[in-house]
This record gives sequence, structure tokens and C-alpha cells, in this order.
Amino acid sequence: MNAIYILWIRQLKRYVRSRARVVGSLGQPLLFLLGLGFGLGPTFRRAGEGDYIQFLAPGVIGMTILFTAIFSGIELIWDRQFGFLKETLVAPVSRTAIMFGRTLGGATVAVFQGLIVLVICLLAGFRVHDLRVIPVAFVFMILIGIMFTALGTAIASTMADFQGFQLVMNFLVMPIFFLSGALFPLTNVPKVLGFLAAVDPLSYGVDGMRTSFIGIAHFGMATDFAVLSILTAVFLAIGSYMFSRIQL
Amino acid sequence: MIRVEQLVKTFGEVKAVRDISFQVEQGEIFAFLGPNGAGKTTTIKMLTTLLKPTSGTVELDGLDPTVSSNEARKRFGIVFQDPSLDDQLTAYENMGLHAALYKVPRHVRRERIERLLKLFELWDRRDDGVKQFSGGMRRRLEIARSLLHTPKIIFLDEPTLGLDPQTRNQMWTLVKKLNQDEGVTVFLTTHYMEEAERVAQRVAIIDHGQIIAQGTPQELKLQTGTESLEQAFLALTGSAIRDEEATAADTMRAMARIWSGRK
Ligand SMILES: Nc1ncnc2c1ncn2[C@@H]1O[C@H](COP(=O)(O)OP(=O)(O)OP(=O)(O)O)[C@@H](O)[C@H]1O
Ligand SMILES: [Mg+2]
Repeated sequence: MNAIYILWIRQLKRYVRSRARVVGSLGQPLLFLLGLGFGLGPTFRRAGEGDYIQFLAPGVIGMTILFTAIFSGIELIWDRQFGFLKETLVAPVSRTAIMFGRTLGGATVAVFQGLIVLVICLLAGFRVHDLRVIPVAFVFMILIGIMFTALGTAIASTMADFQGFQLVMNFLVMPIFFLSGALFPLTNVPKVLGFLAAVDPLSYGVDGMRTSFIGIAHFGMATDFAVLSILTAVFLAIGSYMFSRIQL
Repeated sequence: MIRVEQLVKTFGEVKAVRDISFQVEQGEIFAFLGPNGAGKTTTIKMLTTLLKPTSGTVELDGLDPTVSSNEARKRFGIVFQDPSLDDQLTAYENMGLHAALYKVPRHVRRERIERLLKLFELWDRRDDGVKQFSGGMRRRLEIARSLLHTPKIIFLDEPTLGLDPQTRNQMWTLVKKLNQDEGVTVFLTTHYMEEAERVAQRVAIIDHGQIIAQGTPQELKLQTGTESLEQAFLALTGSAIRDEEATAADTMRAMARIWSGRK
């Protein structure tokens, strides 16, 4: 318990101390929000879909959490290369506790980044239909934060260096983002796309947030919550298992 | 205190450790010496739960580290050959994190950290990020950290790497003192033979993954008819560079290629 807490704190300290990273990682969501939001907005409206910023904001928040969380997980590779990982692996603490501490730390950072983007969205004109739903959206943010940090950790456990990182970005993280319905409605999309979106974990996170924020549902909140809870547990289990197998 | 029997570790084709056996008694300072790539670090990793042996057995304080990992981990401290600090954190935070991971009781934490940081002359820099530390300061911090949970055994994998003669001298004095006063068992590797000769009560020499000699420094000198441990070491291991398993013939061929200007 103590170990989980101390490793969680460590992640937060590292986050607070790398201001460049904080600011840098906000660039991309901002670009999507402003560029796409205002660029595609008129087209979206003409198609009778309403205000695009309203639609897009939950997607951009989801994207922020996805990227930050995966990166937090992948940070394990840094720790391996800079050597700190050894210090935790010889400590009399179970690997599961170490993995949980790291993952909760990474997830906290990811959710925090998501909240910053939420504030930016609000400033850019995003309107939540009822302030009381924010805690509900927050639950979905936490779930995807933990899920994707665990996924990043699982992947990073199998990589000794950053050579495979590009591969992971292009063939896993980007598809997860683009196919999730973060940018476009999943109604009336071609069957294949609909299927891919349905197997994309982020879809449920974005849908859950969108439902709570603006009341537009695709899968429905109960389904979102159930799927995300199960997947989070599964990814945590896989992440712990992969992490426990690390040898140096 | 440490028992190793018929220990083997292979990485694919590479046989890093080939069937070694040795024992280290409680309260002993034991030097594990060998040329680059001999298998010293690999052996330490197997003793400290970082690597699983391919075959053979290891025992630490009566425990099998591959089975009761956490119990074994409480008993040793380690200074790795490569850095293992979090350089985004301060010296004090690195110590604090270690204390928490090893469940050092809260009421002694502060005082113990202070004592160790003072001992290694880092107390004044305790709140500076490790990123700003020199190589020597980092090394000292790692050594201080390894002692924080008062382990029974310490593994020192080239602890004096990158330290100046003053610090090296001071460090070994400290290790000896710790060994004498607290009865801490020390397992060390170093490439400075005079250091090993000075501090170690017993020495094992490993080459190409096999132990080729062990005994007191005195015994090894007698056995080889040499004056110093360094000479004994060279007599036992030869003077060819071992890093890549290049034979003399390989080296000659490589030279010939360079001279004739071909790739
Ligand atoms: N993870 C690994 N994968 C493959 N080969 C490895 C690995 N770790 C070590 N080796 C190989 O095992 C052999 C022994 O390496 P080891 O690090 O134990 O040597 P060492 O005695 O500590 O050397 P040095 O004095 O240079 O630190 C070397 O040939 C090395 O290349
Ligand atoms: Mg080594």
C-alpha cells in the first residue's frame, strides 16, 4: 500500500517538474479542437448534426487522456534505460504493487491533462448541459486513464528501448483514437467502421463522456460503464502480468 | 550467507555463466573479480532476483531468492554497476522513496537519511535534483541509499567506478568499518585489484563464465608465484582483451583486413 502510494507520488512529482511536457502535450488537443472544431464546424452544422465543438470536445478530452496515459505507461522504458527500474525491482515489494503505483500515477496525470483540456474546451465555447454530470464524466475519464496506462505499461514491459515506439503509435494508438468516434458520429458509418469502433475501447470512453456532458449517446451509458470497467480490470491484469515477467 | 551451486545462465547462444559454485560466509568481504564480460554482473543479478537462473541454485541467508523473493530482498542492499537513481527527484527524495519501499520505520527515517547523507557528504545538496549531480556525487548517493535499510548483505557492483582516489579510499574505509562494526557481509566486484586486495578477505576469479580460482589474496599470490593480486589476476586470466569472445586468430584477421584496406 505504502509502495503504491510512494510510486504514485513519484509519477506526480515527475509530471509537475517537467513543465515542457505538460505544455507540449496540450498542443495536439488544442490543434484538434480549434483547427477541426472551427474548420469543420460549418460543414457539420449544414449536415444537420448541430454544433461541432459540442460534439468534438469529449473526443478531444478522450484523445488527451489516451495519449498521456499510453505515454505514461511507455515511460517505463525510460526508467529501464535510466536505470531507476532496477531500484524498484529489487525492493521488497510485489511487482503488482509497483505496477499499480506506476499505473495510478500515470492515470492521475492523464486525467489531470484531460481536465485541463476540458477547461480549454469550456473557454472555446463548449457548453455542458448540466454541471452536475461532470462527476459522471470524471468517472469515465478515470477509467480510460487507468485502462490506457495499464495498456502502455503492458506494451513497455516487452520493449527494451524506444525502437518499437513508433510502431505502437502508428498501428495502435492512432487507430484507437481515429476509430473511436472521437471526431465523427458513429451513426450511419459503414459497417466495417462501425465494427471497428465497437471493438475500440476508447469508443466507450468517449461515448460515456459525451453522454454525460451533452446527452448524446451511441452505446448508452450503462454499456459504456460496464465495458470500460471490465476492460480496465483486464488491462490491469495483463499489465501486471507482463510487468511481473520483466527481467533485466 | 551466500551459496551458489552449479549456477548457469545463458542468453540465447551466449553462455554468460557456466556452472559456477562458491560460498560467502557471514561477515565476510568477498571480491568477485574477472575481466569484462566474465559474468560478474549476471551472477549478481541472479543473486538479487533480477534474473532467473537457467539452472543451478542460489541461496541468500538460507532463502531461495527465486522463490521467497521479497524476504530475500529485505536482506540485501545493492549498488548496481549502472546508474539507478531517479534524476528528476532530489537526493533526499531518492532516499525517502527507498525508505518507503523498504518500509524503514517512519521515526528513524529522517535521522537515518541525514546520517547517511552526511556521511557521504551530500547533506548540503540534499534538496538539489540528482540531475545536477556529478558522477561521483551520484555514485555516493547510490551507496548511501543501499545502506538505508540496514541490509545484512551488500552487493557492490563496481561501486568505485568513476570515483576519484579520495572518494574511493574513503568509500572502502567505510565498507570495512561497516563490515567490522555491523558484521555486514559484502559481495563486491571491481576492476581495481589493489582495492580488492586491500579490503577483501576472500576472492574468486571468474573468466568466461567460469570460476578459475578462489581463495584469500595471499593464497592466490602463492598459487601463481606473484607479488600482488593484480599480477596474480593477470597470470590467471591472461592479458588478452576479453570483451568480445575474439580469439587471437580473429584479432589477427581483423588487423589484416584493416591493413589491406578492405571492408
Ligand atoms: N541481457 C543480456 N542479453 C544477452 N547477453 C547478455 C545480457 N547480459 C549480459 N550478457 C552477456 O553475458 C556476458 C557476461 O556479462 P556480464 O555483464 O555479467 O559481465 P561482467 O563480468 O559484469 O562484465 P563487466 O566487467 O564489463 O561489467 C557478456 O558476454 C554479456 O554480453
Ligand atoms: Mg558487470
